[in-house]
Amino acid sequence: MKLVERMPRLRKAVKAKGGYFEESAHGLSDEQKEFQKMAFDFAAHEMSPHMAEWDEKEIFPVETMRKAAQLGFGGIYVQPEVGGSGLSRLDTSVIFEALSTGCVSTTAYISIHNMCNWMIDTFGNTEQREKFCPELCTMDKFASYCLTEPGSGSDAASLLTTAKLEGDHYILNGSKAFISGGGDTDVYIVMCRTGGKGPKGISCVVVEKDTPGLSFGKKEKKVGWNSQPTRAVILEDCHVPVTNRLGQEGQGFNIAMRGLNGGRINIASCSLGAAHACVQLARDHLLVRKQFGEALSNNQFLQFKLAEMATKLVASRLLLREAAVALQESRSDAVSLCSMAKLFVTDECFNICNQALQMHGGYGYLKDYAVQQFVRDIRVHQILEGTNEVMRMIIARSLLSESG
Amino acid sequence: MSPASVFVCLSLTLLSDYPVIRVKPDNSGVVTDGVKHSMNPFCEIAVEEAVKLKEKKFIKEVVAVSCGPTQVTETIRTALAMGCDRGIHVEVSGKDYEAMGPLQIAKIFAALAKKEEASLVILGKQAIDDDCNQTGQMTAALLDWPQGTFASEVTIDGEKVKVVREIDGGLETIKISMPAVLTADLRLNTPRYATLPNIMKAKKKKIANMKPADLGVDMVSRVEVLRVDEPPTRLAGVKVETVDDLVAKLKANGTI
Repeated sequence: MKLVERMPRLRKAVKAKGGYFEESAHGLSDEQKEFQKMAFDFAAHEMSPHMAEWDEKEIFPVETMRKAAQLGFGGIYVQPEVGGSGLSRLDTSVIFEALSTGCVSTTAYISIHNMCNWMIDTFGNTEQREKFCPELCTMDKFASYCLTEPGSGSDAASLLTTAKLEGDHYILNGSKAFISGGGDTDVYIVMCRTGGKGPKGISCVVVEKDTPGLSFGKKEKKVGWNSQPTRAVILEDCHVPVTNRLGQEGQGFNIAMRGLNGGRINIASCSLGAAHACVQLARDHLLVRKQFGEALSNNQFLQFKLAEMATKLVASRLLLREAAVALQESRSDAVSLCSMAKLFVTDECFNICNQALQMHGGYGYLKDYAVQQFVRDIRVHQILEGTNEVMRMIIARSLLSESG
Repeated sequence: MSPASVFVCLSLTLLSDYPVIRVKPDNSGVVTDGVKHSMNPFCEIAVEEAVKLKEKKFIKEVVAVSCGPTQVTETIRTALAMGCDRGIHVEVSGKDYEAMGPLQIAKIFAALAKKEEASLVILGKQAIDDDCNQTGQMTAALLDWPQGTFASEVTIDGEKVKVVREIDGGLETIKISMPAVLTADLRLNTPRYATLPNIMKAKKKKIANMKPADLGVDMVSRVEVLRVDEPPTRLAGVKVETVDDLVAKLKANGTI
């Protein structure tokens, strides 16, 4: 028997390196291929074996995420002088796409953490950057992004959480809903109203764990994303030092939206990784499962279906990577392109994963098979970070504006 | 005198697990075009050990070396990203590459080790595509250096190296003087992931280029592959009712 067959650990190492990512490496630089290879290895060894358990037991895998942070995944597009990896949006997309093949939910949280880290790095002053970013990059501390409220989701600019200035502190009152990591994280980026109505009255402050007046709702029971806790964040006369405000008063909404442009690329990247994994799973299943005397892969309908899935996957990937490059270069079409990418990729990839589940037949519905977890985990990508309906609003506004 | 440089000799291998490896129609070898290649897993373990020794300050410099076509530079880059200081790519391509076997590779590594005055040469114990398990041993013989093969534990003790070897009977501990050749076995260590910053730093590290002729090595193979066949397909078995039937069938077969 071959050496590789006799040694399970070696076999796993070899299998993990298997060229499942060949097609997603096309067009990347040598360096990007190295990042991708490393991220795929990490996903295959450190995440994939635990994906189902983390989902079932609702475990927030702090140790695994810290291992990821040691490799530089805690602040991928954060500046190196505060501990980040200083990479581009495209590098980041490639990395999250690869990590998602190991666990979408955990990768999605890592991406949210990265987004918060970047917001402090980009809009914070020197003291704030030096205080928060290094520990976020190592994931000694974890971050949460708090914009949505019970009364304001898509209509984010109508948020009601107030921040009244008293001396050198803001007093925060209000509540945030559906906060990823809420209750288990250390640093909360909270968008709150310091001024009048609408977006221009909103500021962005950093609230630290254990601040008196900061409390949390119950842990939500979700269809997916179970490896990250989701809770309401409640602020009752919560005193936050003015020195924790990022940027100027009234700049908060802008900061929030700029964070989301990248966040949308990241979330779409997670959908892409899931779809990529599901196409492989479907393909493998079709080759193995026999009905009517032959393998399912001989069935033309299924062949055509698989071909459509693969085509949509490649199309998604190309649009997403173009959006990432546009954002990196601050192109004028970046915001629109990021919205288009988020809309298209999350929708198409959900369909791909759903089709892959269908191709598994009854087995696709069992939790013993990974395909259902991918479907459950990426369903929410069509909703958060701006619903796909809001994405259409942004794109239409850009198309119909005077200067468009 | 503390050891100066360690050479880690890398092999680029076919991934034997993916997909299915096919024999060429003319039975001259195995189809390698379009099959995913990667750093040999045992070589990864060798790189990890060398980098660990450098981190413990037993050695000053780790050089990653590999022989083969341009593709091989990818593996050298990965080794650099894991912590090696510089690389050497010995270019072998075309017919020479197809004919290249452990002896030719060993000659190249031996010549390089001598030229660069390496104190330690570390290799993976075998390549997972051909399973030869010869290159390390041949390199040691050509250099007339002691060898510690199938290493599952390596400790540097002054001028000597203590090696715990995995052998059929269990574990054997030997002490050999440097310069020496070591080959890495599975349990020696768990290779690290390259970190993002290290992957970026690796871009700036140098990979020197040379040809076997520059080292005075002749690549002529003394081995000619006559034929490569797939393992015979498993034949269907035959069920028998009683032990007597079984014995009768085995006798008729000529098996007993």
